Amino acid sequence: MDWHQLWEIVSAPDNVPIVALVPLLIFYTALAVKQARANDRLIAELEANPQEAKTRYRKAWPFKPGWQKEVHVWPFLLRVEFLAAIIVTAILMVWSISLNAPLEEPSNPNVTMNPAKAPWYFLGLQEMLVYFDPWIAGVVMPTLIIVGLMVVPYIDTNPLGNGYYTLRQRRFSIGTFAFGFLFLWVTMILIGTFIRGPGWQWFWPGQTWDHSRLIYEVNRDLPDLFGITSNMGKVVFGAVVVGGYYLLGGFIVFALFRRHQPKDYRRMSLLQYSIMVFFLLTMVGLPIKMGLRLAMHIKYVWITPYFNI
Amino acid sequence: MAEDNNQNGQNGNGNGGGVKLLSKMRTKVLAGVKEDVQMLKVDLPAKAKEQVELVKDPTKTQVYTSIFRHKHDDTPRNRALGVLSNVFLHLHPAKINRDSVRYSYTWGMGGITFYLFIVLTFTGVLLMFYYHPEKVQAFRDVLYLEHDVPFGKLLRNMHRWAAHLMVIAVWLHMYRVFLTGSYKKPREFNWNVGVILLVLTLLLSFTGYLLPDDQLGFWAVTVGTNMARATPLLGHEGPFGHQLGMTPYNDIRFGLLGGSIVDANALLRSYIWHCIGIPIVASLFMIVHFWRVRKDGGISGPAPVMLEAEVKEPRGAKAAAHA
Ligand code: HEM
Repeated sequence: MDWHQLWEIVSAPDNVPIVALVPLLIFYTALAVKQARANDRLIAELEANPQEAKTRYRKAWPFKPGWQKEVHVWPFLLRVEFLAAIIVTAILMVWSISLNAPLEEPSNPNVTMNPAKAPWYFLGLQEMLVYFDPWIAGVVMPTLIIVGLMVVPYIDTNPLGNGYYTLRQRRFSIGTFAFGFLFLWVTMILIGTFIRGPGWQWFWPGQTWDHSRLIYEVNRDLPDLFGITSNMGKVVFGAVVVGGYYLLGGFIVFALFRRHQPKDYRRMSLLQYSIMVFFLLTMVGLPIKMGLRLAMHIKYVWITPYFNI
Repeated sequence: MAEDNNQNGQNGNGNGGGVKLLSKMRTKVLAGVKEDVQMLKVDLPAKAKEQVELVKDPTKTQVYTSIFRHKHDDTPRNRALGVLSNVFLHLHPAKINRDSVRYSYTWGMGGITFYLFIVLTFTGVLLMFYYHPEKVQAFRDVLYLEHDVPFGKLLRNMHRWAAHLMVIAVWLHMYRVFLTGSYKKPREFNWNVGVILLVLTLLLSFTGYLLPDDQLGFWAVTVGTNMARATPLLGHEGPFGHQLGMTPYNDIRFGLLGGSIVDANALLRSYIWHCIGIPIVASLFMIVHFWRVRKDGGISGPAPVMLEAEVKEPRGAKAAAHA
């Protein structure tokens, strides 16, 4: 165990934000889950007792008859905002006094940094470079993430859970978002920050960064496993595999979604449904490709003269 | 007094005694001055007292009332006016849902993000006083800031850490908006404005990374922009880029960097995007974002929970169910 190496990575000034991000995410997730639980209990109660539903104050917060439903912004909101500003300023001050922003040697194109890492918030994309060609990891994936986020309000047809925390009423959408954000995006950033060392190789936390380590990894392409050698054969094979993934995957999603989300399924138009399935499968495709690479050393699935996937 | 004067004048003329006239005038003037002093003795304390009374309640002064357009006693009306008649605060409604001031609902993250943006603008402008976006000079300016400028190091640190914190805050804000389902009707559009703000925030941070012109920024930006080479259609190493005549000297990466390598032009472009272009665009989107929060009916919650049984099926679905 090389504690020094570990400390060096964790305490690198530019890594401190990620070290802070993890507890913050845990804290806020717990805060959200706590409120969701309380609301879910209330929902269950009201559903079991429709009569009560008509009269109950429908929030998990306490409320007594006679209390005002609305409060003045001044001072009740403004004091919170003012306090928040002061606290953020104080945190920033302490952080800025105690930790210096990094400044390396002057830039020099002839001396490569190894590893050369992007800023931490882009390390998820850089980590994707291991599994995909740059045009996918660096261009297509970010575009799909942005577009995927943008279509969310238009494909989530579930009217429940608008304006309150709940798990019960939105299992699917919250599960999907948590998978994409917490599992894929944040985990990949953590891998990129804490695991990847020189040559973008995998070093477990505490393992010494060995700058001369070479890994002889023979990567294969999926067509090779099937003994396909001709270029044309590879093009067709890849198209079949990728197309098959979306078709078969689409069918599986259909079978599951229809059964387990019947209300959403009925509400969604063909366009909404297809867009959702496309983004879902593409997102799930990422860990699948990662698995293929890590477990079976597969580099490409689809090889064409123009692009490889 | 005026009549008195007149009489004296006539007398004087009749006798023709110049000396007498003079002495008469002297007594008159003396009497006048005496009276002035007398008045001063009376008026000054009175006026001073009046002034003190005014100072005791500055809200009555003309200067004050010209700035603040309403009274300040603690009445519901004044509380509301305090918010509504202030250009910065009128972003808020006068009253809000009693539960939405609870920190646990919004986590205050949108507001914190905005506050960090302001901190960054403030510290960023101060940094600009010392920074030249030129090769060699840029790095020296950062050294100068760190070692010679009073509080320069603190300034640079604050700008750096506030930037990182802003990225974290935007993510958490998005996370909370998702978890509360706040992107649902009628806030779909504002969610989209938010997504653009997210991208702009990341781009702001990224363009700033190059500016110290050190190894860290240089290689991060090199790695980052190398991906642009591989842009489909528009990059010289991307799918179909070659077929469309893309070379290292005319593709999208060239456009971003102002050259085929990360060099002086890239530094200048980074600087202009970072200090002028993106902040302006981001400010515009923030204006729209805040405006829409109000227009969409304020913060989405904490709303009363809704039950499955109360969902109104859209007309189409109902018709289908009946058929
Ligand atoms: C520069 C970045 C941003 C700033 C300064 C900002 C600021 C704010 C503020 C001050 C609010 C009021 C409520 C609150 O504080 O939570 C708000 C609400 C909202 N924001 Fe943002 N935001 C930003 C980015 C985003 C992003 C990335 C998204 C989503 C992808 C988003 C979506 C929304 C939505 C939908 C609301 C309405 C929420 C509700 O009614 O509960 N915003 N934003």
